[in-house]
Amino acid sequence: MSSSVSARSLRKQFGETRALDEVSFDVEPGELFGFIGPDGGGKSTLFRILVTVMTPDSGEAQVLGLDVVRDLWALRRRVGYMPGRFSLYPDLSVEENLRFFASVFGTTLERELQYIAPIYDQIAPFRDRRAAALSGGMKQKLALCCALVHRPEILVLDEPTTGIDAVSRRELWDLLGRLREQGMTVVVSTPYMDEANRCDRVALMQSGRVIALDTPAAVAASLGRPLFAVRAGARHRALNVLRSFPHAHSVLPFGDVHHVTDVRRDVPADVIADELRRYLADAGFADAEVAPAAPTVEDVFIDRMGAPR
Amino acid sequence: MNRDEADPGNPVEAGLDTAIEANELTRKFGAFTAVDRISFDVRQGEVFGFLGANGAGKTTAIRMLTGLLTPSGGSARVAGHDVYTEGEQIKRRIGYMSQRFSLYEDLSPRENIRLYGGIYDLTAAEIRERSAEMLSRLGIEAVGSRPVRELPLGWRQKLAFSVALLHRPSIVFLDEPTSGVDPVTRRQFWELIYEAAGRGTSVLVTTHYMDEAEYCDRLSIMVAGRIAAIGAPAELKKEHGTGSIDDLFVRLARPAVSESKGPA
Repeated sequence: MSSSVSARSLRKQFGETRALDEVSFDVEPGELFGFIGPDGGGKSTLFRILVTVMTPDSGEAQVLGLDVVRDLWALRRRVGYMPGRFSLYPDLSVEENLRFFASVFGTTLERELQYIAPIYDQIAPFRDRRAAALSGGMKQKLALCCALVHRPEILVLDEPTTGIDAVSRRELWDLLGRLREQGMTVVVSTPYMDEANRCDRVALMQSGRVIALDTPAAVAASLGRPLFAVRAGARHRALNVLRSFPHAHSVLPFGDVHHVTDVRRDVPADVIADELRRYLADAGFADAEVAPAAPTVEDVFIDRMGAPR
Repeated sequence: MNRDEADPGNPVEAGLDTAIEANELTRKFGAFTAVDRISFDVRQGEVFGFLGANGAGKTTAIRMLTGLLTPSGGSARVAGHDVYTEGEQIKRRIGYMSQRFSLYEDLSPRENIRLYGGIYDLTAAEIRERSAEMLSRLGIEAVGSRPVRELPLGWRQKLAFSVALLHRPSIVFLDEPTSGVDPVTRRQFWELIYEAAGRGTSVLVTTHYMDEAEYCDRLSIMVAGRIAAIGAPAELKKEHGTGSIDDLFVRLARPAVSESKGPA
């Protein structure tokens, strides 16, 4: 079976900014594929090209076997797209928005009701409320319904979880997981690195480039240097002490611990951990805990991204 | 947190040890109670995480605490001033930064600093001195005269935070300050927060990054208009038997989110 999305050497330039720089990847049918990275990474530009609302400067891409430039009209009715900005009609009600999007694609809400029911049921109690008056999580569920109402074969969602709370985020990922189980191919972007684990495969994007691409576990495992989690009181001072450790490569707060990597790749982890413990104890952190830690996707992103902008 | 390097040249009015004292603070919109008798305080120099689901009442609470919205009941003092009667004094004693708007994008960093300095009645000499100090501290002297919109998002966020501190407020409100920035810049931003707290400025911060909740001295989690949990992150996790603030947040907020009828 051929890929659902196949992109080769996509480039896009806006003035001085290289929004996309030689981006290539494939998404397999039925995959939940995530593009992970901060604003300005090129995710939205890439998605606009994939859903035919923007053309690349060079390179090419096929979605469902159709060329994103030549075959745009055939492609548009087969793709569901949820843009990053809330782009429904704020003055229309929940139900009116859905009816509008259904009619644009030549169908009706009644005909598709059963298909979108798993998601629509959650917002149906508010069907008469103006879209503008919905909470963040509800808005995203409505937008998802509108993107699904014409039964697309692939769903492209640009940052559906940005700016919504942790509970709504989990609910939205549960919904995407369910769509994937039903065989939908889902391409999604997010700035939240911890959401990488909800995807089958991820591409990390920074400044228009793909800096890593694999399963989340394989990306995390690719860090390639020993990583330690350090727990110490007076956290901000501990951070500065750790930064002065002669072999420190990176020292960053991660939730309730600090993550420390070491420049030496050939020294056993337990030796480095002992050195760190002694170093901290000499600086007055006698009961600091130092433990080897499993790297996360975020650790790898930071390691690969180079100098922050 | 780095409280041992307090800068004696800074700012905060002497004698004040509580930046926010809220007691049974309430706001109703018609029949809907957006904020329902919340009580908490933020100490001077504390980093306080103000968490809650969308629609839980955070924004309404912040609008009352910044003097923009009159409460329906209860009381609150911010920087020593009463939210009912001293809104104007409060506005002069607080800083505010949101993700959406903080700086004028067509103006340069220097022009933004001059504008805000003027708004807060700083003298020309103060503006000159603080402008130079700020640009050098952030390492952006070289782009100090370029329009803000040409700067990378991370720089803009750090500059916006520093501008919010320009008039040396006793507390600064940060509304999702790190949304969309890269993971390194996000952490550098938190170091700026620690530094400001070390100089005695209180920080009230909202975020959807649950790992950032762990960086706060104390935090509260609002659910359906009420404070459902408040305390230091480590205490809260212990008390509720959860491994992370993320898990605690989801456990407290999940039942309420699905049936929330509040405005966004």
